[in-house]
Parts: sequence; C-alpha cells; structure tokens
Amino acid sequence: MPEMLSLSNDPVLFLSLMLAKILAVFIVVVLIVAYATYAERKIIGRMQTRLGPTMTGWFGLLQPIADGLKLFFKEDIIPAQASKLAFVLAPVMIMVPAFITIAVIPFGGDITVFGYTTTLQIADLNIGILYILAMAGLGVYGIVLAGWSSNNKYSLLGGVRSAAQVVSYELAAGMSIVAVLMLSETLSLRGIVAAQSGSVLNWYIFSQPLAFCLFVITSLAEINRTPFDLPEAETELVSGFCTEYSSMKYALFFMAEYANMIVVSAITATLFLGGPAGPFAGPINLLLKIFFFMFLFIWIRATFPRVRYDQLMFMGWKVFLPLALLNIVITGAVVVFL
Amino acid sequence: MAKKETMTINMGPQHPSTHGVLQLVLELDGEIVVDAVPHIGFLHRGVEKLAENRSYHRALPLTDRLDYLAPMSNNLGYVLAVEKLLGITELIPERAKVVRVMMAEITRIKSHLVWLATHALDIGAMTVFLYCFREREQIMDMYENISGARMTSNYFRVGGLSLDLPEGFEADVLSFINDMPGHLETYEGLLTGNKIWQKRTIGVAKIGGEDAIDIGLTGPVLRASGVDWDLRRDNPYSGYEDYDFKVITRDGCDTFDRYKNRLDEMRESCKIIHQALDKLQPGPIMADVPSVCLPAKKDVANSIEGLIHHFKIITEGFKPEPGEIYQGIEAPKGELGFYLISDGSANPFRMKIRPPSFVNLQALPQMVRGKMLADVVAAIGTLDIVLGEIDR
Repeated sequence: MPEMLSLSNDPVLFLSLMLAKILAVFIVVVLIVAYATYAERKIIGRMQTRLGPTMTGWFGLLQPIADGLKLFFKEDIIPAQASKLAFVLAPVMIMVPAFITIAVIPFGGDITVFGYTTTLQIADLNIGILYILAMAGLGVYGIVLAGWSSNNKYSLLGGVRSAAQVVSYELAAGMSIVAVLMLSETLSLRGIVAAQSGSVLNWYIFSQPLAFCLFVITSLAEINRTPFDLPEAETELVSGFCTEYSSMKYALFFMAEYANMIVVSAITATLFLGGPAGPFAGPINLLLKIFFFMFLFIWIRATFPRVRYDQLMFMGWKVFLPLALLNIVITGAVVVFL
Repeated sequence: MAKKETMTINMGPQHPSTHGVLQLVLELDGEIVVDAVPHIGFLHRGVEKLAENRSYHRALPLTDRLDYLAPMSNNLGYVLAVEKLLGITELIPERAKVVRVMMAEITRIKSHLVWLATHALDIGAMTVFLYCFREREQIMDMYENISGARMTSNYFRVGGLSLDLPEGFEADVLSFINDMPGHLETYEGLLTGNKIWQKRTIGVAKIGGEDAIDIGLTGPVLRASGVDWDLRRDNPYSGYEDYDFKVITRDGCDTFDRYKNRLDEMRESCKIIHQALDKLQPGPIMADVPSVCLPAKKDVANSIEGLIHHFKIITEGFKPEPGEIYQGIEAPKGELGFYLISDGSANPFRMKIRPPSFVNLQALPQMVRGKMLADVVAAIGTLDIVLGEIDR
C-alpha cells in the first residue's frame, strides 16, 4: 500500500488534486441541481398527464439554461423597507451551507495517484456527522433572515415556520442518526461506509429500518419539501420567505432547495445504503442512489397534500422524536446484550 | 409584562387561494386566526342594474357571467324565472326540459370538478388539480359543441333552447358519464384514504346544522351539516320530479364530509344524466308562443316572416304582465334565485339575484375563528365560492 497523500509529503500534488476534486464535485452538483429542476418538471408532468418542458432544445433539455438566463436578466428588486444587508446576505447564507455539506460525502474508495494513496472524498473529517448537522442548522439562518429582512408579513410567517420546523426536525433526524453511530462506532462518514462494506446485507437500512424511515421523513421536513413545504406554502403564504425575492437572489433560493435535496439524498445513501458501494464505479453508485431518493422526493410531491403547522410540530415532537429515542434504546440493548 | 399583540394581514385580493378577488382581513395571533373579515366587491359589474336596461332576452348573456364555472345553471335559473313571470312554464316542450336537466347536471359535475381541483390544490395535493381539469376539458368540449362557447354558453332560451343538440352529442355524454365514476375513484384514491388529507379536513371548518340554517347556507355545505334540503326534490323545476336520485346528506359538518358529499353528488348527477338520456325523444325544442319565443334559425335565414319575427322580438322584446316572481334552483353551489319585477315594459323593472356563494361566504368568519391559518384556505375551498357570483 503506497503512502497516504497529505500536505506534508507532496504539497503541490495534494493541493492541485484537492482543487480538482472540489471542482469536479461542484460541477457535478451544479449540473444535477440544474437538471433536477428539469427532471422534476418532466416527472411530475408525466404523473399529472402533462408533458413538461418540450420546446427549448431536444425534449426541452435546454430548459434549465433558459430558466437560469431568464432569472439572471430579471430586475433585482430590493424592497424599500427591507433590511438591505440581511436581505442580500440571506440567499448566500442558505446556498453556501447546502453546497459545502457535500465536502464530507465519500464518493468512492481509495485510489492511487502518482505513487500516493488518496480518497475519493474532499475532506475526511473525523466528526463528519456533526459537521453535517451543523451545516443543516446554519441553513435555517438564511430562511429566518430572508423572512425577517423582507419586511413582509407573509415572509415573516414563512421564516418563523421554517425556524420552528427545522429545529424540531433536526432533533429527530439527529437522534435517528445516533443509532447508526452506535453500530459504526465512528463519526467519520468514511468510517461509516467502511462499516457497511462487505455484503449488501451489511447496509444499515437492513439493521436500522426504523432509523432509515425516520431519517428520510425528517430530512424531507428539514429541506422544506412536500408534504412539509410549509415555509413556502404557496396557497397560504404566497411564497413564504422568498416572496420578495427576484432575479438571481431568487435563483439562489431555488438552487439551494435542490442542492439540499442532493445533500440529503447523499447523506441517506451514505448512512444507510453503503455510500459508494455497488456494482459500478463508486461515484456512479452514489449518483444512482442519489437519483433514487430524488425521484422519491419528486414522487411524494406529486402525491401528497401539505400538513398543517400544528400537525407538523405534533409529529416532530410526539411521534418522530420518541420513536428515534426508542430506536436508540433498542439498538443499545442489542449492541450490549447480543 | 409584554403586551400581547395580534398581526393583521391582508389575504387577497391578489392571493393564490382566495379563488378570484376575495379579500380577507385576517387578525392573527401567531398562526391562530383571531378574526377574519371578508371584503368583497372587486369584481362588481352591476349585472342586476344592467339587466334593467335590457330586454329579457338580452339580459340572458349577463347571467353566464355570474357563476362562470356553472354558466348553464345560471341560464336555467334565469329562463325559468322569466317563463314563470310570463306564465308559460307548462308550455315548455318535453325535449327542451330534458336537455335542460341534462345540461344542468353536466354543469354541476363541471362546477364540482373545479371545486375539487382548487380545494385539493389549496391543501397541497397538486396532482388532483390536473386530473380534474382533464375531465373538465371534456365538458368544455361538450359546451363548445352545443353552444359554440366553452364558458359563456348562453345556450338556453326563454321558451326552450337556442339550438337542438348536435349530431353525436348523446354518445359523447354517455361515454363521459360512463367514465366519470372511474375518474371519481381515482380522485378518491389520491385523497380519501390519505392520512394527511384526512388530518387536514376532518373536523376542520365545522358549522352545525342550526347555524347553517341561521346563516342561510344552501347546497352541499348545508347538506353536509345534516340538513336534508335540495330544491330539485323539495321544489322541483324543469321536470326534476320525474327523475330518481338521492339527496346526499352527512352529519359531520366538516370539510371532509362536504368533500365526500360533493363527490357523491357527482355520482348522483351521472345517474340523472343517464335517465335524461333515456328520456330524450325527438321533438320541438321551443315552446309554441310566437309572441315570446325566438323563431328557429332556419326560418330566420330562409323566410322574410321569420326574419321580421326575430327582429321584432330582439329589438322590442316582449312585455310580461306587471307582477313579481321568485324562482330558485339548486345550482351546484346552492340555491340560486332570480327575483324579477315586471312593470309591464319590455325590460325587467328589477332583477335581484340570490347567489349561493354570497350567502355561503357569510359562514367563513365563524368557520375559521380560533383555527390555524392553513384552515382558512381549506375553509374557502370547502365553501366553493365564485367571486363573479358574489360581486355580480
């Protein structure tokens, strides 16, 4: 086994390889974001006996680019009464955490480059899970700030809803992850993937089905997707926290929503489905798993109505959290006694 | 101690779920609605006043624009009222009566489809919206086929119908009502058993039977509050007494029961349309009252007498005896009433419309007080209001 590549043994190669990895991941994520909007419109369109985009390019494939250009050239309106700094910062604050979370997702095993070993992962943090939870918590600041700084009552309600929602669901999501950590005995995502290696049956979805379901549902709530899309419930709050946003600022919110979908899918795949494990090359396996979850989220959006605010809180605190705690107790008992 | 403040927000008139241009001034305590005050009038066109300056025939197109989701029901209410004023109700030929019933029931399905579509969309189930509009499109095509217009049909006439049914129309209707129960199953499959849908509708926007009668609610909203009242059965018009149908009532008084009630009404409508198709016999479509009724189009086009006849009735109109009448019908949304006063001239002296949506809207503040903000959109949806009718 060759030596592990690090900053000390070959700084130039390390930095350029790191840059290449970051660029590659970033470009792939941006591409998925763009084409997730296209896929969502096509898939939901088919489910609703419509066609989705067909006119721009071959099968409407240029639609995301057309949308991006359109938003880019729109007038950028800042309401006169808005708190300008917060209003401008909010979309950035929601966008950045969504993207940098991807840094800790392992997308393949070890490879050998110029005589050194390196991992297919941007940063292998030994506290990867905590980093993910922290970034998910940061994202909510963007929504709250956007809601508050717009000086619009609908936006404010959307921001408040979102804060309450993310706080209550992060708890349940975190608790459901704890059961996985008890089995893997590491906080590093690479370690968790390694713990699931060997056979498909080692995937935590089989040993932790309850935690898997809880995590998927709570993360749906965390990324504000249907049926938990209350912060931007169109029929109640117009557009919620992004009512006053236009142009690229709105586009940032939009991209953040889809980036969050990718992040959540990637985390779920890593924690419960063995990450990059599978029949193909590592990154492709991971992408397929991500696409599966994104399809699931889109499917749910086409099927379910929206829950009400009090029902959402009820489910978060009185159903999901106790279930997650119960799951921890059971897992603990199994780990200790068996 | 901190003062407890409420927040006042304007919901509408530009808001995605106020079904047109309803404005609601909501007083919110957090997410709880303390009070809701509906403001109306943004779509006022003065239909009642306009009718006073037009002859009876020429006031008919105005009624299309009341409840624009159920134009034929409005037409029916108006022509029945004028016929009652003239005393020619008994002279309407059988074929015209059957076609009127058939089209009124198709219109009921059309109106309920839009209600279900928007109601589900308001609660967040967007797929049902498109499914309902797919079926509604077929009804629109039928409308276009018989009257030339998709929405403002203006198909019935005082004394009968403007035109006979086009070739092959019965077959279209038959295939539509044969498919409709299956479509209703599809909608129910997406909604009825869905836990989220149940949580959002059961026990939401309740209104008891007593309160419903006090406010004057009619239609499916009243029947879902346990009051067994349907003008088609209790005060029949246009031959409804000859049809076999159930009046659906439920006791839940909530949004879910109103939802189930309307779906069942659509099934009953399909039955009525079936019976109407069986009853449909060839025959005249206009009453034989030349002083009132327009001549057939082929006479107008081919003979000078027909042309003069048509010209006289359109320009001068007819002059009913002085008097006043009220005619109510069971429109899709409730009791639609036309109150006509004649002073012996060719124009109505006064035309008062009793729109069901206007009266039903009064229940809204009572329904949403103390409930969550999200229940407001459910309540607006379940009342099935149309602003064209409320503002007139």
